[in-house]
Amino acid sequence: MERRTLLGRLIWQLGEVVATQPETARTKSITLNLPGWSGHRAGQHVDVRLTAEDGYQAQRSYSIASSPEEAPRVTLTVERLDDGEVSPYLTEELRVGDKLELRGPIGGYFVWEAEMGGPLLLVAGGSGIVPLMAMLRHRSAAESTVATRLLYSSRSLEDVIYRDELDRLMKRSTMLEVAQTLTRAHPPGWTGYSRRIDLQMLREVAWPVAQRPLTFICGPTPFVETAAAILVELGHEPARIKTERFGPTGEKHDGE
Amino acid sequence: MSENFFSRGFRGRRKSELSERLPPGQYLERDFPVLSAGPTPQTPLANWDFSIVGEVDQPKRWTWDEFHTLPRETITLDIHCVTKWSKLDTRWEGVSLETLLAQVATAANYVIAFCDGGYTTNLPLEEVTEGKAWVVDTYEGEPLAPEHGGPARLLVPHLYFWKSAKWVRGLRLIDEDEPGFWESLGYNNHGDPWKEERYWGD
Ligand SMILES: Cc1cc2nc3c(=O)[nH]c(=O)nc-3n(C[C@H](O)[C@H](O)[C@H](O)COP(=O)(O)OP(=O)(O)OC[C@H]3O[C@@H](n4cnc5c(N)ncnc54)[C@H](O)[C@@H]3O)c2cc1C
Repeated sequence: MERRTLLGRLIWQLGEVVATQPETARTKSITLNLPGWSGHRAGQHVDVRLTAEDGYQAQRSYSIASSPEEAPRVTLTVERLDDGEVSPYLTEELRVGDKLELRGPIGGYFVWEAEMGGPLLLVAGGSGIVPLMAMLRHRSAAESTVATRLLYSSRSLEDVIYRDELDRLMKRSTMLEVAQTLTRAHPPGWTGYSRRIDLQMLREVAWPVAQRPLTFICGPTPFVETAAAILVELGHEPARIKTERFGPTGEKHDGE
Repeated sequence: MSENFFSRGFRGRRKSELSERLPPGQYLERDFPVLSAGPTPQTPLANWDFSIVGEVDQPKRWTWDEFHTLPRETITLDIHCVTKWSKLDTRWEGVSLETLLAQVATAANYVIAFCDGGYTTNLPLEEVTEGKAWVVDTYEGEPLAPEHGGPARLLVPHLYFWKSAKWVRGLRLIDEDEPGFWESLGYNNHGDPWKEERYWGD
């Protein structure tokens, strides 16, 4: 009982949408101003609650894309599922000036802070880049020089979220390397990988086992399963591999 | 704070006839999502065992083969994940905790389930006895898949599904309650879906 009082309570709060930014054809970033925001750690998520006029409610979880340094502004990046209930509303209906109810931050496990050091290995599939982007943005805002590698799998170049910003971050920091793989279509002259993540790719991209990287993997379930299993097979310590899985079992997801 | 708030332009899916089986805030899922904190552990069945330790007269241990000599039950019921999905009429097979705990004498009030990969979750003993919890190794007639907790997981359907620990390897009986993995990281200590006990302080 005592512990629960000490730990405090997550309350629903209203944020105002102050900006929206299409990232790809399917994803949009939504920036909220949250005057009551208590701060978050990179990797945490919020629960969003929508209420219809008749009182009907739906809740979903969304990772925080922005760095803690940007508080009290918080950015979410949402991928639209065509037959979804909540994501089409967030990506298509919600406008600047609207209010959105959410609570958080939630999750104290899939988090990285500059003090935790590295080297850092981030592995993202599709919208799984979102919490990892919060880590990269935090790393940059904190002027951390922790050696970091990102392996990011997308369907095509057009589906790469935060493409320009990733380029900018990479130019700013020599200690950040970004490897991309495109699983369905790749443009002429593409120099990145063009297949699903596999053993060979992780052998090339991941840090040597002896460097004991801290690893964060996020994406659809089959993607996370594959990447985590391969890293364990390569000899990485399971306890240093943290995973977050979005969405369904994902037969339909094509592995990103 | 937001009694009269509604989301402009949001209609949502209309409630279906199933809605009385969905706890508040849950939506119906037909897939079977996977959520875990790290890689899926791989334990060969030859190395698998299930133990009851802690506050007991004598610790108890079953190998995989011994576990399969115990009386089994088939259970069909609804499951509810704290990430908002519920799945109806899932069918499992396994051994009830009642059966397992009948083989030790204890005065403990709580139990911690421990798992491959280091995951733990805490439960009041009285909520896992009398046909409220099982160790299951079969889902819809097939061996439980590794990403869903195979070879064996706990099944505590009346609580949020993080209490149904995957890759379970045993129970530690304790006198005083102590939070497990997610319970230490912001999730509610109890986790009743019908009361929406999701996070600390709910
Ligand atoms: C911790 C956590 C963090 C998350 N962070 C993010 C994030 O940062 N960004 C983000 O976009 N999402 C994130 N998600 C997923 C998000 O919570 C929602 O599940 C997602 O937006 C879908 O919600 P929805 O209401 O639109 O779809 P729902 O109405 O819930 O429909 C989803 C279900 O319908 C089916 N479905 C519908 N459309 C499709 C489709 N196109 N392809 C395959 N199946 C489909 C599937 O069965 C799926 O399970 C996160 C989830 C978790 C648990």
